[in-house]
Amino acid sequence: MFRLKREFISLTAFAAFLIVLPLLMPNAYFLDVATKTIINAIVCVGLNLLLGYAGQISLGHAAFFALGGYATAVLGSRLSVPAPLAMLAGAVLVGVISYVIGRALLHLRGHYLAMATLGFGAIVSIILNRELAITGGPDGMPVGPFQIAGYSLPSALGGYVLAAVGLFIAVKLATSLINTRAGRALRAINDSEIAAATLGIEVAAFKVKVFVISAIFASIAGSIFAHADRFITPVEANFLRSVEFVAMVVIGGLGSVVGAIVGAIIFTLLPQMFAHFEEFRHVLTGALLICIMAFMPSGVVPTLASLWVRWTEPAAREKGSVHGAA
Amino acid sequence: MSDLLQFLFSGLTRGSIYGLVGIGFALIYRSSHVINFAQGEFVMIGGMVTVFLLAAGVPLPVAALGAILAAALIGVVAQVAIISRMRRPSTLSIIIVTVGISMFLRGAAEALLGRQFFSMKGFSGDDALVLLGAKVSPQSIWIFVSLVVTTAAISLFFRRTILGKGIQATSSNRLAAHLVGIDVPAVLAICFALSAALGALAGLLTTPITLTQYDVGITLGMKGFCAAILGGLANPFGAILGGLILGFAEALAGGYVSSAYQDAVAFILIIAMLLVRPNGLFSAPTVDRV
Repeated sequence: MFRLKREFISLTAFAAFLIVLPLLMPNAYFLDVATKTIINAIVCVGLNLLLGYAGQISLGHAAFFALGGYATAVLGSRLSVPAPLAMLAGAVLVGVISYVIGRALLHLRGHYLAMATLGFGAIVSIILNRELAITGGPDGMPVGPFQIAGYSLPSALGGYVLAAVGLFIAVKLATSLINTRAGRALRAINDSEIAAATLGIEVAAFKVKVFVISAIFASIAGSIFAHADRFITPVEANFLRSVEFVAMVVIGGLGSVVGAIVGAIIFTLLPQMFAHFEEFRHVLTGALLICIMAFMPSGVVPTLASLWVRWTEPAAREKGSVHGAA
Repeated sequence: MSDLLQFLFSGLTRGSIYGLVGIGFALIYRSSHVINFAQGEFVMIGGMVTVFLLAAGVPLPVAALGAILAAALIGVVAQVAIISRMRRPSTLSIIIVTVGISMFLRGAAEALLGRQFFSMKGFSGDDALVLLGAKVSPQSIWIFVSLVVTTAAISLFFRRTILGKGIQATSSNRLAAHLVGIDVPAVLAICFALSAALGALAGLLTTPITLTQYDVGITLGMKGFCAAILGGLANPFGAILGGLILGFAEALAGGYVSSAYQDAVAFILIIAMLLVRPNGLFSAPTVDRV
């Protein structure tokens, strides 16, 4: 009961924050950065379920992101399918693909999923670059605004609202998944697959489910990105994009929804902050990645959370690490 | 017929490069269970340092040696100063750190050298030889010979030297190696040096054919990684065979099927292999003991 109440309060506060945020943005540029951050956060909240709870690595989530974006671009803008339907079609396509990959590989132990998703991502990226007639090739293609029955919000704000609604739903789904039997099963799998299997948890089936869910989150985020940016290019399917998503989750802190969002914020804002040192942007980002992992191997949020506990409640130290509810 | 021969020569050249990059992945994976995402950047460093030393008037053999040593040194620094010092490293955090190292090195090359391509003359000139009716660049012969010599040297190094045997022992059981008196941290650092050196060798060999740029490491690194997966990450010589198979498959697919999708061959192969033989083409299947 207490937990439900706390969860309700955090979710309400989070919704209020998302509503107030655009009012605090001084100009369209900042609003755009906020929108991009939120879109990355949607991918991270999904990917965190896979990395932090199911303990599996995907190096191809950018491909799912791009497939969602291109479904919206090709179906929605070129073939005039209504935007929500195009988004749904992308999600279904990505769901089927990730189910097939996951079914084939997730009963194996080790990093087979990482290798297969890397390969899959590279293939998607090559196809998007080569099929000029459908995708516009390396130059990409324009995308229309998100319309429902012919109505749409003004361009920049429309992108923000779509992204914010998407993130809120993603967070709600992720927290309710984590706090149910399925979530406990996932945590058990992450701790020890053998112990989880002994307890009657169908390890492979759970991993496949989480992989599919995280891929669909990425696909929806990709569709939102296409509407918000009004443009999409194959760069979104890049291997480095996939690695960025994983880096965001790990930097924020595995196994924490807040961590996934914080990771997305840090990683999206960094390049903007280094914008004055355009030439040294990648050097600085690389150095920062190394430093965060060297000094906070469990990620920013869990490290700060345990420091906070140590500061405020010395007695709670024996209880070990804290797991945030939201 | 001469078409086929032409494709085979091209496949042999590509495959040798992929194999050299792939051994580096396998060596590090075997010794420390790390997938080193910075391996491609050593390929870039090998080509870049050679180009710049040559431009400074240094003779080719010295320039090549200098590039290999520079890469090895950076590899050792990365391992000793960063990777070995990580507290409670997990597979994921190590992946992120090696990605950070690769971004750092690539970014440094971009900031210092810019985004233009750099070229280099072939070691024995650029006039193609005609062999059985197919054109072969002398550089391709250099590349293939280098692969054969390197393979032989590594094989001798593993079988005949104490250090090589120490690496083998550390790879098969780190704790046991430590107990019999092997300096495990030193072995791990040497593996990084060796991988970086092999990557740099591949980079400086391929530059006369493919040119070099600050970000060539991304593609070559991924192809080398595919070669290592095809051969089974745990087996360095598997990576060489994996590289050659990949090279031939790419060249034949590019020639007979579709040149636009030549780059996809590597990834189609690894997915197919993961479905059929997940431990690699040349590894004995492992049994999980519970």
